Amino acid sequence: MELIALLAIIKKDLQLFFSDRRAVVMAFVMPITIASFFGLVFTPRSPDEVAKISAVVVDEDNSAVSRQILSGLTTDKNLSIRAVTAEQARDVVRRGDAAVGIIIQRGFGDAAGRAFFRGTDKPELDLLYDPSHNAELAMVRGLLTQHVMESVSREMFGGQRGQQLIDETLSQLDAAQMSGDQKQLLREMLTSVRKFNAGTGGSATARPPGVTMPYSVREEAVTARGKTPYNGMAHAFAGMGVQFILFAALNFGVEKLLERQRGLFRRFRSAPVSRLTLLAGQMASSTAIGAMVLVASFGFSMLIWRVRIEGSVAGFVAISLACALMAASYGLLIASLGKTPNGARAAAIPATLLMVMLGGAWVPTFIFPAWLQRVTVVIPTRWAVDGFDAMTWRGLGFGDALMPVLVLLGFAAAFLALAVARFRWEDV
Amino acid sequence: MLEATHLRKAFGALVAVDDVSLRLEAGQIVGLLGPNGAGKTTTVSIIAGLITPDRGEVLINGRARTGDADPLKRKVGLVPQDLALYEELSARDNLRFFGALYGLAGVELNGAMTSALHIVGLAERANDRVKTFSGGMKRRLNLAAGLLHDPDVLLLDEPTVGVDPQSRNAIFDNLEELRRQGKALLYTTHYMEEVERLADRVVIIDNGKVIANDTLAGLGRLLPAPAAPGERVTLESVFLTLTGRSLRD
Repeated sequence: MELIALLAIIKKDLQLFFSDRRAVVMAFVMPITIASFFGLVFTPRSPDEVAKISAVVVDEDNSAVSRQILSGLTTDKNLSIRAVTAEQARDVVRRGDAAVGIIIQRGFGDAAGRAFFRGTDKPELDLLYDPSHNAELAMVRGLLTQHVMESVSREMFGGQRGQQLIDETLSQLDAAQMSGDQKQLLREMLTSVRKFNAGTGGSATARPPGVTMPYSVREEAVTARGKTPYNGMAHAFAGMGVQFILFAALNFGVEKLLERQRGLFRRFRSAPVSRLTLLAGQMASSTAIGAMVLVASFGFSMLIWRVRIEGSVAGFVAISLACALMAASYGLLIASLGKTPNGARAAAIPATLLMVMLGGAWVPTFIFPAWLQRVTVVIPTRWAVDGFDAMTWRGLGFGDALMPVLVLLGFAAAFLALAVARFRWEDV
Repeated sequence: MLEATHLRKAFGALVAVDDVSLRLEAGQIVGLLGPNGAGKTTTVSIIAGLITPDRGEVLINGRARTGDADPLKRKVGLVPQDLALYEELSARDNLRFFGALYGLAGVELNGAMTSALHIVGLAERANDRVKTFSGGMKRRLNLAAGLLHDPDVLLLDEPTVGVDPQSRNAIFDNLEELRRQGKALLYTTHYMEEVERLADRVVIIDNGKVIANDTLAGLGRLLPAPAAPGERVTLESVFLTLTGRSLRD
């Protein structure tokens, strides 16, 4: 008899879910639409495609060195450079139209050339930056170091102005604040450089390239298999799938409160059905809805966006079920703690959104500050999203699914225990 | 058939039901009357097994329920005051679900659904969604859901609230037919004329206590002053005499 009742509860809940067009759209269409959008935005169209950092440069020096710096920055694949005036630079950065503004002040080239050998009286480069783009500032700082070093050294080893600066330094060496031995060594080095420059003839083609990066980089994206490119859709669909099964569970919890409000719970309680069967029926139907949302969402991503389970299929299924169970117990918790449907919905929506955001469903958690990354391990969605990432594009094995599965089941058990403890059986 | 003895239930400091006892016999309709907050719904909830009393017991055919899943619960049907139906489902799907909660399945369930729908006059609308029904039709379906598993005892908590005279009359006809079939009915209402028409006995409850339990004729004798010659004793006058005329909220 209990089995008949259990199956009837599951069937009824599924009938009700599919009869509510709004709920169906929310559960199936929304995650696919939003995940596709996020995936398109965050997935590079080719492995070489990079998001260029927008920067503006003010060249007040207009020297050979500054022109070479500007040329180097302009051809850098990581930067999108625009030359502007000093007034424009501050305004552009303030408006957020550029992440960084670089101001090369008058006399920079000469001062940098002198400092190149002497190591004193270094000139300043002004960097204006948008405080919301700290990561870009660090990157521009690194690229700028490279281009300044290349340009200054190139000019010093073969440029006309560099030659004049070497002569000038040699003539002023006796008055320099350094020991006699150091002066002698510097004189010998500068004399050698002068001879070297004279030997190259000063022509642009014969001119040495200056100090360059003493290495090149061979980059390899480490994904599931050597030649499998990263597919950002996998993360986007994991995040949105998790988000929308939580919302489906939230709606389910609110529906249970509506059932109570409409007197339906009195009918359940008057029937010869145990509390265990009533709860199990609700858990089973909510879990089934959650699992269907994940199947539809990932199914679409596999068909249309070529997302693949590169890791363990069994691990993927286990994480899906654990995640659906966690969401179902969360819905039941809402039904237990809520007093009224509207009150429960108002409290549960921000809680759910917080859980989703902190779990990395919208943006990957590595973007978070380090302290937040440590804190979010207490959020179940973090384990779900990381688990799906591990089984899809990272291509990890079943062993790597175990921890997310156990943690998700632990959260499900905790939510369920709290829901059962707080369930108002006699408030009918 | 059903006997409730010395029921007591308190919610914190509020004693909702205090030493309530009543009996229901086969083929009998008992009206349960009381002002707002008198303890009627709590009494019905205890008898239906929704609430565990602090004291007292409910015997069905001489036996007490032993738990939520006790098959003895099948002997009792509840028609709640609310329209406890799923508006998005059809009448048939509603009944199929409620029947399954009582362990009905297959041919037995189909037969019970057909019979219940026929009794309440909704057989032709069986496949329509409940949200397309009028208030009276929903009330009749609410009754059908309580009858589905063929209980010996039917508990009706204000089953005619908000229905038109035609539907109310149809419900009365249904209830009288059930009495003829030997069912025992406990009928809670605020409408005195309904109890006058239907009830064999009347239990009046106030402040959680039974203050009268008698036939309509017997209740008439409870009036402090004899009625004037030729003046008809109404249940309402008895009720107001026993419970007072002050407003209850």
